[in-house]
Amino acid sequence: MKSFSFKTISAIATLSASLALSAPALAKVEGDTIILGAAISLTGKYSTNGLHTQRGYDFAVDRINDLGGVKVGGKSYKLSVKYYDDESTPARAAQLAERLIQQDGVEYMLGPYGSGLTKAMAPVSEKFGVPMIEAEGASRSLFTQGYKYLFAVLSTSEQYLAPVVELAAAKAKAAGKEPSSVTIAMAFENDPFSLDVREGIVDTAKKYNMRIVIDDKLPADLSDMSATLTKVKAIKPDVLIVSGHSKGAATAARQIDEMTLQVPIVGMTHCEAAKVQEKFPAAANGFLCATQWVESSPKKDKYFGNASDWNAGFKKAYPEYTSVPYQSAQASAAVLVWKEAFEAANSFDKKQLRDAIAATDMETFYGHIRFSEFGNNIAKPMFMRQIDGDGNYNAIITPDDMVWPRKAQY
Amino acid sequence: MLGRRFLLYLLILGAGLAAPWFYPQYIQQMALLWIMVLMASTWDLLGGQMGYNSLGNITFFGCGMYISAVVQIAMFYDVAAYTSAFGAIKPEFTDEQYFMGLFLGILAAGFGAMLLSYLLGFIMFGLRGPYFAIGTLGIATAAGQLMGTIDYVGGGSGISMPFFPWAVEIRALFFYGLCFFLAAVAHLLLRWIYSTQFGLAINAIRDDEDKAEAMGIPTLKYKQIGWAITAFFMGCIGAVFGNMVGFIEPVEVAFPVATFGIFMVAMALLGGKGTLWGPVIGAVLFHVIKETTWTYLLGWQWVALGLILIINIVYFQEGIMGWLQRKFPEFFGITIDHAPPDKDAEQ
Amino acid sequence: MLFNLQILFDIAPITNIQLILDGIFIGAVLALGAYGLALVWGVMNVKNLAQGDFIILGGYIAFALAREGVHPVMALPIVMVLMAMLGWMVYVFMIRRVIEQDMFTSLLATFGLSLLLQQVMNLIFGPEVQVIDSHLPNYQLFNDSVTLPVVKLLSLGMVAVLAVLIVLFMRKSRMGQAIRATAQDERAARVLGINTDRIYAFTFALNAAICGAAGVMVSMIWVLQPFYGISYSLRSFAIVTAAGLGNLPGVISTGFGLGLIEQYTGFILGAEYQVASAVVMLLLVLVYRQRRAKRKRQVVR
Repeated sequence: MKSFSFKTISAIATLSASLALSAPALAKVEGDTIILGAAISLTGKYSTNGLHTQRGYDFAVDRINDLGGVKVGGKSYKLSVKYYDDESTPARAAQLAERLIQQDGVEYMLGPYGSGLTKAMAPVSEKFGVPMIEAEGASRSLFTQGYKYLFAVLSTSEQYLAPVVELAAAKAKAAGKEPSSVTIAMAFENDPFSLDVREGIVDTAKKYNMRIVIDDKLPADLSDMSATLTKVKAIKPDVLIVSGHSKGAATAARQIDEMTLQVPIVGMTHCEAAKVQEKFPAAANGFLCATQWVESSPKKDKYFGNASDWNAGFKKAYPEYTSVPYQSAQASAAVLVWKEAFEAANSFDKKQLRDAIAATDMETFYGHIRFSEFGNNIAKPMFMRQIDGDGNYNAIITPDDMVWPRKAQY
Repeated sequence: MLGRRFLLYLLILGAGLAAPWFYPQYIQQMALLWIMVLMASTWDLLGGQMGYNSLGNITFFGCGMYISAVVQIAMFYDVAAYTSAFGAIKPEFTDEQYFMGLFLGILAAGFGAMLLSYLLGFIMFGLRGPYFAIGTLGIATAAGQLMGTIDYVGGGSGISMPFFPWAVEIRALFFYGLCFFLAAVAHLLLRWIYSTQFGLAINAIRDDEDKAEAMGIPTLKYKQIGWAITAFFMGCIGAVFGNMVGFIEPVEVAFPVATFGIFMVAMALLGGKGTLWGPVIGAVLFHVIKETTWTYLLGWQWVALGLILIINIVYFQEGIMGWLQRKFPEFFGITIDHAPPDKDAEQ
Repeated sequence: MLFNLQILFDIAPITNIQLILDGIFIGAVLALGAYGLALVWGVMNVKNLAQGDFIILGGYIAFALAREGVHPVMALPIVMVLMAMLGWMVYVFMIRRVIEQDMFTSLLATFGLSLLLQQVMNLIFGPEVQVIDSHLPNYQLFNDSVTLPVVKLLSLGMVAVLAVLIVLFMRKSRMGQAIRATAQDERAARVLGINTDRIYAFTFALNAAICGAAGVMVSMIWVLQPFYGISYSLRSFAIVTAAGLGNLPGVISTGFGLGLIEQYTGFILGAEYQVASAVVMLLLVLVYRQRRAKRKRQVVR
């Protein structure tokens, strides 16, 4: 009885609302332009990477337009992105999802930067049935909610630094010790992405029965982690792992340099985005950096060529980069997926586009892209690279590629 | 006189109810507008009417949000499992579960925040002037940081709230209705309070607390009651906002000290503090300006906002209501006896 | 947590020295910012919430100069002069008008200024985290278990020199005496022919210059980001509120105290409690003071 009345109310309410709110026919395709919507962190704590992301989107959009745009139904359309500033807050991002869809009539979305913001936007776009291809939200929890309209071109975040633990175990074995003798110190920013990276490490450490001796969480605006690093210095763990977006990497590198920490293995995220190899070459020597993409990758596509072609083109468009962060690369890749999806579906219908995206199976300069039923890209591996004494990033494929213990020359 | 007031309220009620049907694309901004109105109005109960400038009312907003989240989830799932699973379980809420949880969650949020304000009052109300402002600001900042260390509620990973079960259009309407309802109730309640003896008593506290105490007003009790009313509404609206956003997280969503926490004060000042309508007008104006600059001045909106705040406070202290009252005193039934205003009342 | 205590007392007691040293270095920079705040608060009753943003701005100016090849230590006087000019301008356009208003107004007006500065820095310097390399060595003491970076030592020295200069300036110079007179009784000072408007302007400019100096140290020791100011503001307030106004030794020792508390909290409880620890200290001091004041009031009754 109760559920019946609920359903009745629901039905009546839906009916009356759909009558009143018969959404105004807003333009998602204006003339010969297809409009993608995106929320980007232009201000606030994620704005560094927000900018990397925006440039990645813009670069790909310009390239596709230069190459003749997107062909749908025999006609060529240009791409264009409508941006809003989400101010790095999930509250704003959630509002923006509704605003882009309801107010601006956007039906095709690109993702914001960061897992927290994607978490806030995904339920909304899902409810509206608007496909969102995101490039910067890596937290696993995004892909266990059963979202049908959320697709991510990147690998999930628990894969970021778990290989560091595997490498440590392999090195311990090679040195004739038990992997369980390895001690791990870690410091993570208190945000969804970094905590998910942490989860991956905790799981792997558990597998080898390793001991986690330091487990600190860094506040978002902490510019000093000397207390944590003093602990590291006192305990002398075998592995140190830090993750906290660009500023976490910059702060950690600066203070590792200052305290001349000699931890044999140091793992980090966002090394490239924070340019640690340029700013602290001595300390950064031997850092293990997780990356979604490497510019030496042989993968290629017809829009950009291979990874190093994209890299060169991007540097030409934005000369301020000496090394390009992978955040920009994956943003460009997300735009490519949209382009191919439009042409594969040959339609502007959200549902058909969604199916076209789900069926994506393409090679790009960023790597192979094929989505699982949950929406994450399962065709692309994560890469692990080590910074050498000259500031180069060298790929680590097997444990033998790694310089161990790292040779920091303070 | 009553007729005119009554008509005005009827007009606002009508506009509030009709607006979402005429401008469905703006429904979410309008919901936010009512939240802003509520925040500014309830801030003014302490800041304008009682002379206690709190910068930490956002504490109740955030605590309310978390209380309701815990209540909504705990009724049907184990919260720790829900938050620590990193989404590994996908909880389903039936319609009844959702609405019952939401209803109880909002109530619990209101009363929980009230209790919190009562307890905080013992510590905070001994502080006066800027010390109260800074102390409350500190509490709000610390609350966000500390909430992030509690793994039970997900820590820095936050909580994904149960999602509204029906169509998105209904969802928008539903939350709009809740915000409007809460703002209206708060407004009417405040209107009534200001007309009672309690209102006079808190004004007395504002004008000279020591004298008020000497006259036998139990100041601490009155201050606590005042803050409890504010806290109740902030808790409720926090719960509603958390469900509107759908994903809550301690520093940015639940305890946005530097945005909502300061905005509510700025809005009350813009409209004119110490008046019933000032915060409402200020909130409307501020919100419209904020959303407009946000749309058209991409990346520059905060510069604009900072400038507005400075100009407002530096050059337009009295606020809109103050200016209106000075220009058209008869309309407000104010008779002027040319006594100099008591400037250093607060010193 | 127990394990961390064990490190301190059992495994590596030498760590205490590192923590104390770091606490003092942080405390010195914090004390500088807090002293500027105490100055404007005490003299002109303005509570400057943009204090932290002045600090960060000073750091960014040093950063811009460092890009041109000026060593941050050399940049210090330039930064201080530029910041003083900015402070003077802010006074003329803003502060002058809020001085007469009630206490709360300056708090909000400077919050607006803080928003503005953050965003302008974001637009000019970009949101990337920036650092300046001072190219100074780090000494490793006690068999490599304690780090003593020369840059921190240097900044501690600069803070000490600045503090002495400020004290001398306040005691000996005409301007300093006038500032103190104005702080004690603004009306009497005016009657005696002191141009209080100029005193205020000078005080605010001095505060901005002090913040700029603190910013140079921040840029050499930690990292710069346009939005980091707020945490320095909050800590300045915590120190000034706890130490009281017009009390330079008090401000400096509270600054050191806060630095130590932060380091030890971060070490023992974990970095996630570090920010909250400053606030808890502030609240404890406020509550303690309130209890004391209450007792006093009861005596009067």
